[in-house]
Amino acid sequence: MDKKIRIALAGNPNSGKTTLFNKLTGSNQFVGNWPGVTVEKKEGRLIVDKDVILTDLPGIYSLSPYTLEEVVARNYLIEEKPDAILNIVDATNLERNLYLTTQLTELGIPVVIALNMMDLVRRAGDSINVRELSKQLGCKIVEISALKGDGVEDAARTAIDAAKNGKTIPQHRFSGPVEHALAHIEEVTVHDLPEERQRWYAIKLFERDEKVMESLHLSDEVKAHIERDIQAAEKELDDDAESIITNERYVCIGELLKGIYKKKGKGQLSVSDKIDRIVTNRVLALPIFVLVMWLVYALSMGAPIGGGGISIGTALTDWTNDVLGGAWLQEGSRALLESWNVAPWLVGLISDGILAGVGAVLGFVPQMLVLFLLLCILEDCGYMARIAFIMDRIFRKFGLSGKSFIPMLVGTGCGVPGVMATRTIENERDRRMTIMTTTFIPCGAKMPIIGLIAGALFGGSTWVATSAYFIGIAAIVLSGIMLKKTKMFAGDPAPFVMELPPYHLPAWSNVLRGAWERGWSFIKRAGTVIVVSSIVIWFLTGFGFVNGKFGMVKDLYKDESLVNDAYTAQVAERMGIPEDEVEPMDDSLLARIAQPVSIIFKPLGFGDWKPTAATVTGLVAKEEVVANFGIMYAYDDKDGEEELEENGNQIWDRVAEDFNAFSGGHGKLAAYAFMIFNLLCAPCFAAIGAIKREMNSRKWTWFAIGYQCCFAWVMAFIVWQLGRTFAGGMSAVGLTLALVMLALILWQLFKPYQEAQKLTVK
Amino acid sequence: MKTLRDAQVGQTVKVVRLHGEGAVKRRIMDMGITRGVEVTVRKLAPLGDPIEVTVRDYELSIRKADAEMIEIE
Repeated sequence: MDKKIRIALAGNPNSGKTTLFNKLTGSNQFVGNWPGVTVEKKEGRLIVDKDVILTDLPGIYSLSPYTLEEVVARNYLIEEKPDAILNIVDATNLERNLYLTTQLTELGIPVVIALNMMDLVRRAGDSINVRELSKQLGCKIVEISALKGDGVEDAARTAIDAAKNGKTIPQHRFSGPVEHALAHIEEVTVHDLPEERQRWYAIKLFERDEKVMESLHLSDEVKAHIERDIQAAEKELDDDAESIITNERYVCIGELLKGIYKKKGKGQLSVSDKIDRIVTNRVLALPIFVLVMWLVYALSMGAPIGGGGISIGTALTDWTNDVLGGAWLQEGSRALLESWNVAPWLVGLISDGILAGVGAVLGFVPQMLVLFLLLCILEDCGYMARIAFIMDRIFRKFGLSGKSFIPMLVGTGCGVPGVMATRTIENERDRRMTIMTTTFIPCGAKMPIIGLIAGALFGGSTWVATSAYFIGIAAIVLSGIMLKKTKMFAGDPAPFVMELPPYHLPAWSNVLRGAWERGWSFIKRAGTVIVVSSIVIWFLTGFGFVNGKFGMVKDLYKDESLVNDAYTAQVAERMGIPEDEVEPMDDSLLARIAQPVSIIFKPLGFGDWKPTAATVTGLVAKEEVVANFGIMYAYDDKDGEEELEENGNQIWDRVAEDFNAFSGGHGKLAAYAFMIFNLLCAPCFAAIGAIKREMNSRKWTWFAIGYQCCFAWVMAFIVWQLGRTFAGGMSAVGLTLALVMLALILWQLFKPYQEAQKLTVK
Repeated sequence: MKTLRDAQVGQTVKVVRLHGEGAVKRRIMDMGITRGVEVTVRKLAPLGDPIEVTVRDYELSIRKADAEMIEIE
C-alpha cells in the first residue's frame, strides 16, 4: 500500500488562500481546530486526486516564533513534514509575499508556488518574468487565478509531482558575515540532521530561536560556541541577529526582483485607495462605521420584514419558532404521539423536553445564517480590517481588539453568534478575552428578566434597562483591564501591526461556505448541548418525591392518599410558604435542589428557592427565567386562555411581595442584585457550547464560565451589601467583605501593567 | 532621534533602523519595515491612533507606540 501524499497550503493572509483551498478541495473538507488552540484547521482531499490530503495552514506572514498562527504552521511543517508545500503568492504584493517564500524554501520540503492574481498585475500594465523568478527561487511556479479557477488544477498536479520527486534548494544567500556564521553553526550543531534541513536549523539557531534551541538539546559548550559566531556577525553588521536575517531576506528579494518585476510607474490611486479615502476618513469613518453596523444588525436580528424592520433573519426565525418549531414540531409531535397512545410522560419528554429544545436551537439558525453571511462579506471584502483600524484605540485599553466590537454588537441580539463572531480576531489573547466578555452584554433573551424586575419593583422605570447595558459594558471594561494583568493573559504580546488589504468584491463561494460552516457548527455543537440540558431540566421540574413516592409530581398530587393535610403543612414549612400555596412544583427535584443551593444567593439578597430555581433554569435559556417565575408564582396559563406576557406583568405584584419578604424589606435592592447576577453569570447552555467550541479547550471554557459566575456573584454582593448599608440594613460582616472585594478589584484595576514580549504557546 | 511617529501625514520617509527587541520588533520587520525602506504615512485613524502607512506597495496599520520604535531620516 502506498503512502498517502500530504500537501500543505501556505501563504499570507488575504492572498486568496481560502479561495484556492476551496477550489482545490471542493466539498471534501474537514474543519476542526489545531489541537489545544483556537486556530481553525482545515483539511481536504484534492479534487484532481482523492488520495492527496491538502492541509490549509493558518494565513501567516513569516515563520517567526511569536504569533500563534506562525507557531502552529511551523510546528506542522517541521514535525509532520508534509510531502510538499503549495505556497500561494499574491503577485500584486510580491515583495512581502516572497518574504515567507524564502523561509519556506529553507525547510527542506519541496515548494511549489501558485502565483495568484497575475491577471491584476497585467491589467495594471506591470510585468513579472515568471521563468526567471522560478529559477531564482529554486522552485516551480504556476500562474493561477484562484477566483476564476484558472490554473488551479495545474498547480495541484505540479504540487503532487513535487511531492513525489521534487526537491527545493534555497537559492538566496545572505551576506558574507552571516553565511560565515551559518556555516560554522551547521558544522557544530546539526551536521547529523538530514542535509536538506540543516540550513533551516542553522538559520534558526543564528536567530537565537528559543523553541528550536530547546528542541535540539544543545550542550552549553556548543551554545557558547555558536554564540561567539553570532556575536561576531552582529558586531560586524551592527544589528541583532534576528533583525539581520529579516533585513537580508528583504534585501535578497529586492535584488532578485530587480530585473524580474517591471512596474509601469506608480502614483496612481487605485480603486481601493479611493474607497479608503472615504471609508477611513477622519470625519466620515465613524458615521459610516455606525451605519454599516446598524445595517448588519437590522438585517440579521432587528425588527422583521413585515414588522416595521428590514430583517430577513428575524422574519425567518419567527417563522421557525412559531410555525416550524412550535406548531409543527412540538404540537404536531404531541398530537401524533398521543394518537399512538404513547405514555404521557414520554410525550412530555419528547414534545416539551427534546423537541422544544431542538426548536429553540433551530429558531436561532436563520438569524445566525444571515448574520454570518453579512460578517463573512465584511471579512472577505476587507472592511473588517478597517473596523479594527477605527476601533483599536478604544478597545486595546481593555485588553481587547478593535474587532471585538462586532462580537459585542452581535451579542446584544444573541450571545451564541456573538461568541462565534470572535473568530475574525487574529490574536489569540484578544480572542479569548472577547469570548469571555461578550456574553456580559445583555442579549435579547435577558430582556424579559430586565422587564420583569423593572416592572415588578421599579414601576416600569426605563433606567433599569438602560443601567443593564451600562452594567454589561462596565463588566467588559473592568474584566478586560483586570484579566489582561492576570497570569492567564499576560503571556502573549498584543497585535500591533496589521495589514489593510485592498477592498475587493466578496467571493460568493467563500462567503456562503464560511456562513454555512459556522451555522452548521452551531447546529451540531449547541444543538447537542441544548437537547441534553433540555431533557435534564424537563426531568428536574416535572419529577420529584411526593410523600416518599417518586414520580411525576403533577400526577402524584392528584393522589389524595399521598398529599394529605399533614403533608401539605410539611411542604409549606420546608419551602417557607403558606399552606394554601403549596403546589406540585414545590416537590419537584428542582425545588429540592434549589432550596439548599439558595444559600449561595443569601449574601446577595435573594436567597430564596424561587429566584434560585429561576437562575438555574436560566442556564437552559435565559427566557426560562421569566417563564419559571410564571410557573412558580402560580400564574395559571395552563388553559391556554391567556399567555404569560414576555415580561411577566401578570405576576408583578406577587414577585414584588416575595422579594420584599425574603430580603427583609429591601425588595428593590434584592431584585436589582438578582438582575445583576443573571445578566453577568454563565450564559445559557447554547452560549456555553459556543464558548467551548471557540476556546477549543476544556480548561479555558471552565475558566470563562467560572470567571463569569464569580464576577457576577461579587458584583451582586457588593451592590446588595453596600446598598443595604445605605438603606439602613447594614450587616457588619457583609459590608466589610464587600469593601475588601471592592479594594481588591480597584487594586487589580490600577496596578501597573507591562505588555509581554514573548509568546508562551508551545 | 526622529521616529515614524513624528512623520506628518502625506510624508514619505526612509527608515534608518529599528529599536526595541523581541516580538514587537520582529513583527514590524516581518511586515517589511526594514532598514532603508521607504514608508509613506497615509492617514491617522479617526480617534488619533493608529496610523496607516504604505510600505512595499501595501497598506499597513501601526500603533503610534510602536511607530516610536522606527527611527527615520
